[in-house]
Amino acid sequence: MRKLLKHRILWPIGALLALVLLNAVSRPSFLSITVRDGELYGSLIDILRNSAPLMLVALGMTLVIATRGIDLSVGAQMAISGAVALTIISDSKTPGSLGTVAVAILAGVAITFIFGLWNGFLVSVVGIQPIIATLVLMLAGRGIALLITGGFITTITSAPYAQMSQGYLIGFPFAFFVSLGAILVISLVVRRTALGVLTESVGINPEASRLAGVRSRGIVWSVYGVSGLLAGVAGILYSSNIMAADANNAGINIELDAILAVVLGGTSLAGGKFTLAGTVVGVFIIQTLTSTITFLGVPPAVTPVFKALVVIVVCLAQSRRVREWLSRIRPTRTPTTTTTTPVVERIPA
Amino acid sequence: MKKFLVGIAVASAVALALTGCSGSGSTAGGSAKVITVGFAQTGSESGWRAANTQSMKDAFSTENGFKLIFNAADNKPENQIAAVHSFINQGVDAIVIAAVVTTGWDDVLKEAKDANIPVILEDRTIDADPSLYASWIGDDFKQEGVTAGAWAAKTLGTTATSMVVLEGTTGSAPAIDRATGFGSAIKGTQIKTLDSQTGNFTRADGKTVMEGFLQKYGKSINLLFAQNDDMGLGALDAIKSAGLTPGKDIQIVAIDGTKDGLTALSQGDFNYVVECNPLLGEQVATVVKDVIAGKKVDKAYTAKDGAFDKDQATAALPTRKY
Repeated sequence: MRKLLKHRILWPIGALLALVLLNAVSRPSFLSITVRDGELYGSLIDILRNSAPLMLVALGMTLVIATRGIDLSVGAQMAISGAVALTIISDSKTPGSLGTVAVAILAGVAITFIFGLWNGFLVSVVGIQPIIATLVLMLAGRGIALLITGGFITTITSAPYAQMSQGYLIGFPFAFFVSLGAILVISLVVRRTALGVLTESVGINPEASRLAGVRSRGIVWSVYGVSGLLAGVAGILYSSNIMAADANNAGINIELDAILAVVLGGTSLAGGKFTLAGTVVGVFIIQTLTSTITFLGVPPAVTPVFKALVVIVVCLAQSRRVREWLSRIRPTRTPTTTTTTPVVERIPA
Repeated sequence: MKKFLVGIAVASAVALALTGCSGSGSTAGGSAKVITVGFAQTGSESGWRAANTQSMKDAFSTENGFKLIFNAADNKPENQIAAVHSFINQGVDAIVIAAVVTTGWDDVLKEAKDANIPVILEDRTIDADPSLYASWIGDDFKQEGVTAGAWAAKTLGTTATSMVVLEGTTGSAPAIDRATGFGSAIKGTQIKTLDSQTGNFTRADGKTVMEGFLQKYGKSINLLFAQNDDMGLGALDAIKSAGLTPGKDIQIVAIDGTKDGLTALSQGDFNYVVECNPLLGEQVATVVKDVIAGKKVDKAYTAKDGAFDKDQATAALPTRKY
């Protein structure tokens, strides 16, 4: 039991449950899920569906952060993949055909994968600091997307493309299966092979891992590629949700939300040990927080303050030092010896 | 590396000097009455802005007797002030500014005044001494809100109506003014505001917030006021997936009058759309000509913003430019 209490993921899960409880108390309808034409419908389902783009981006970000890196370009990459896919579909003579949509999606994702590899090249081969290397694409990416759409919001009608984000599969939103698939594939690859451990070792000490025979360059290079790929899929989901390529607003500030989700989940920005499960919980916290604001009717002008307060509370709850202080205030037994896991003590702006 | 950078610096300095020469050359050379105009645009942040830029480029064309030097500031005030500086140095005949921010304009406008270059504001207003600019041409956001509110009051004001609002970006002039205008127009009617949240003028946020509203209030919502078309279009999907019919179960009034918005209106998804006209080019060009000819102009011109119901939208759609 004590071990369970010390588990890092406990705190984010507690925060998530507290948020859900807060909503449920203020309006019980928050928890209600009804079936409509064989599709589940309700706030919780909306959260599952709307969290998909952030989920994909945050998973990629987790891997990048584990190597001591950061990828600021994910939002811009979302804009690019959406712009590419929708331009292909709107220029095609058969926007409703499955083939066109498949080509469009593959093209959009392939381009961001290449951009991701470019980021990885700058970081691992050229040796530019990750924040600078990805800043380039963060600033230029939206320009590229605007160039592709000609400065306008490209809109389309295409049933198969709409399926990506708005469709359902066995009662659940299709987008939920996309993020579920990404979670499963990534967890299997990093936890069932040595890749996860190697990534962590690169993050903890790149030089030592290189001397120990770990190909750190290849690992760092590929995590940025994966991050680009996932951002590409996220961009497809985003554009499919509104059936429009909004180059100015697609994925805006999502890089910050993704970093936040990673940190809320308990992965340290200093690199090294990472937790995918924590990131998943972190994403749900952020998405539930967005719904909470509408449900509680927080006035728009104070929304950022409300969000910041929740984030600060969660981050403080995670900090080992704060917990130790709290346990000292409480009349408890002597503090037990600490575990070896790194602890998040930073609060991103 | 250092040499390379120096090379770039020299090359750009030369390029600057060259453009400076050609700029003043064309005006001094006085090829008849070509009017050189520098236009400092905010950037290219939306479809509305793209249409606005296109309209300016069309109006200030060579055929109309203009030479337009266009600059998009990428929504950064410092870029824009630098652009206006360069217009002054190039000795243009007039400067048109769509200001990114309202403050910080006094110094550069004084410079323009000392150089005898008239400044005309387009779309956005600024906080500066009115003697520093000749005129302002733009849309009246408050009036747009009043027009939208008047429709709501006329159509639904006599029955008990529950309304939700999708606001624009918090603190922006259109969001504030449209809310004020709408509020004043529905005062004393039976329309009650259930909730009001920001959708940041985007489709995606409009959709997410509307989903929240629908989960929260269910079928009790009768009216949606979307402060721009994009948020309203995003909300359509949310309403449909909640099993309701937009335009019937929930009436929708939006502002902007984009092609997509009017399409939704002509299909019966929207009920009323108030125009926020980005095609200000012609009007600005007229004022610029008058100012240079020494005619007296008004301090402010508001664009004629129309409004559309279903039939008017269907009629206007084929010729809609944006």
